[in-house]
Amino acid sequence: MAKKKWDSASVLSALVILCLYAAVFIAEQLIPPTSMLFTVLKKGATYALVAVSMNLLNGFTGIFSLGQAGFMLIGAYTYAIFTVPIAQRAIVYQYYNGGVVQFTLPVFAAMLLAGLVAALFALLIGLPVLRLKSDYLAIATLGFAEIIRTVFQWDKLGPVTNGSNMLRLFPTFNDFNLRNAQGEITVYLSTLVPLLISGVCIAVIVLLINSTFGRALRAIKDDEIAAEAMGIRLSSHKQMAFCVSSFFAGIGGAMLAMYQTTVQAKSFTTAMTYEILLIVVIGGIGSVTGSCLSSFLFVACSEWWLRFLDQKQVIGGFEVPLLRNGFRLVVFSIIIMIVVLFFRQGIMGTRELPDLFRKRRSPAKGGEGK
Amino acid sequence: MFNTVFPYLLSGISVGGQYALIAIGYTMVYGILRLINFAHGDVFMVAGIIMVYMAASGVPLLVCIPLVLLLTSLIGFAIERIAYKPLRTAPRMSVMISAIGVSYTLQNLVLYITGGLNQIYPTIPFISGSVTIGPATTKVVTVVTPILTIVLVFALVQLINHTKVGMAMRAVSKDFETSQLMGININRVISTTFVIGSFLAGVGSMLYFTNYTTVIQTSGAMPGLKAFVAAVFGGIGSIPGAVVGAFIIGIAENIIKGLDIILFKAGLIAKPMGLATFSDAFTFALLIVILAVKPTGLFGEKTIDKV
Repeated sequence: MAKKKWDSASVLSALVILCLYAAVFIAEQLIPPTSMLFTVLKKGATYALVAVSMNLLNGFTGIFSLGQAGFMLIGAYTYAIFTVPIAQRAIVYQYYNGGVVQFTLPVFAAMLLAGLVAALFALLIGLPVLRLKSDYLAIATLGFAEIIRTVFQWDKLGPVTNGSNMLRLFPTFNDFNLRNAQGEITVYLSTLVPLLISGVCIAVIVLLINSTFGRALRAIKDDEIAAEAMGIRLSSHKQMAFCVSSFFAGIGGAMLAMYQTTVQAKSFTTAMTYEILLIVVIGGIGSVTGSCLSSFLFVACSEWWLRFLDQKQVIGGFEVPLLRNGFRLVVFSIIIMIVVLFFRQGIMGTRELPDLFRKRRSPAKGGEGK
Repeated sequence: MFNTVFPYLLSGISVGGQYALIAIGYTMVYGILRLINFAHGDVFMVAGIIMVYMAASGVPLLVCIPLVLLLTSLIGFAIERIAYKPLRTAPRMSVMISAIGVSYTLQNLVLYITGGLNQIYPTIPFISGSVTIGPATTKVVTVVTPILTIVLVFALVQLINHTKVGMAMRAVSKDFETSQLMGININRVISTTFVIGSFLAGVGSMLYFTNYTTVIQTSGAMPGLKAFVAAVFGGIGSIPGAVVGAFIIGIAENIIKGLDIILFKAGLIAKPMGLATFSDAFTFALLIVILAVKPTGLFGEKTIDKV
């Protein structure tokens, strides 16, 4: 089995991904950094990671969790709290005498910590919540996200979380650019690094999905009782999947903080979870490639390609009706409803990138899985 | 002590009644379709928006009220036909995603129409005035809500227990397939459920927004979630359960809003703790506790899973 792992389709997909990264690197050096392309790529990378982490639960384990925004919030706050430079703390925590945390962590250590803290919360919340059935679990995780949002805004926690004020002035994606002694940017990396971080995380998730553990999760999704009869411990597997998913959602949250340059608890609403869920659905529940593709599509449409719908357009002296602020979102929702109702497979169904290069597998040979 | 607590208790009962009217919609739909209708809170919000626009266009209020209720019922009916009916044989997760999609669509549609601005809710003359009860002065709506809620719930229970449609509803919620075999028109029963649920949400929205005076596209989300928690708390599928749960949540939430002042006046704490922040969080904490301890809720029936 190990020998046959690198078939031509896998090699080809690895090459495609490598080429994409190279293209981004080159584009970044040539195109001015204010281009919408980079905004889309940065935000897309963030959403792709969160969407894949949600897919791990909803698509591969069959746990319908709606707590993603809560875990992102934890990640974003953990990252921000531990990376605001000491010199700036007096400004950021101006209502709380500079706050209680008086040290900073390196960026990557803080991101890792963001994931770990989110996973810790997942461990705690998972104990009561994961015993619940599908829709009860959805609503309980949703409720948990709301609780987290309130707790982080509590005035008494202000010295740590800055209460309901925003956290800012921490390192962002732009700090990944390499600068020379004069402070001029020599090599632009502000888009490539987030893409790399999210790529590495997604690769880890993919490895996990294709491991014994991942196969056990899929068995749980297909039939809990049968999986249990085959000797899979339901509670520990579900707990583990929940923690792993939250870990990466936490890192995604840290990336979102870097993308937005500020963090405020009130922006991590249920609507954010819904958005990510819809990304997963559009991409295809149970396809990592689909989640990534649809994240970039979703972000590109909402931030860039469909922007024209929000402004008045005059074509040949004729003013197109209906176009004004908010119309983009209406069009968008209608597209989503069409996907949900008529194309339930999404873009990719359950296929992955290498499957696109393979000829259609004959069912007789499909015993090995992937 | 009583004088401090009473105003909070009063507004708690009022909000509880409004939640109850929304919660019934959740619990009835869940009873029949086993679906959390995430869009129900948004139907409630849309009812508020329709009222705003209709009153602004000069329609007299007495005509507005029935018209809004009619339109809200129609919206509920249309949502079921468009978004849920095609997915009747699909896995439950798909239907729930569709519900979330509808919620997203309704919110964006309202955002587009209103431009994302707070809309001032028209004053409904009979229930907007002030009234003084004991130590508290509130709007008349505070007193009207619990009474109206009880009357409507009583009527609904009569409908379910003593009419043919009600009998069909009970049958469908007991066993979907068998009732189909018995010649019950499932689609009609489900549509009726959505119409009743939306109608009650419409009534609830009139009472709720008279109290809070502004409507925006996100106004439906929080009351919707809380009403759902109330439905779970009371035992999902049970109408009296939803009502009792809604009153408990409404009262608890308002007591927590005033907890700082109550504790302060009672001399238990020296300075405010900012506990009012937790009024929303409490509802969800309660939900998680209930689900962990007694998932069937106060009045819910125990279901047995067969392998």
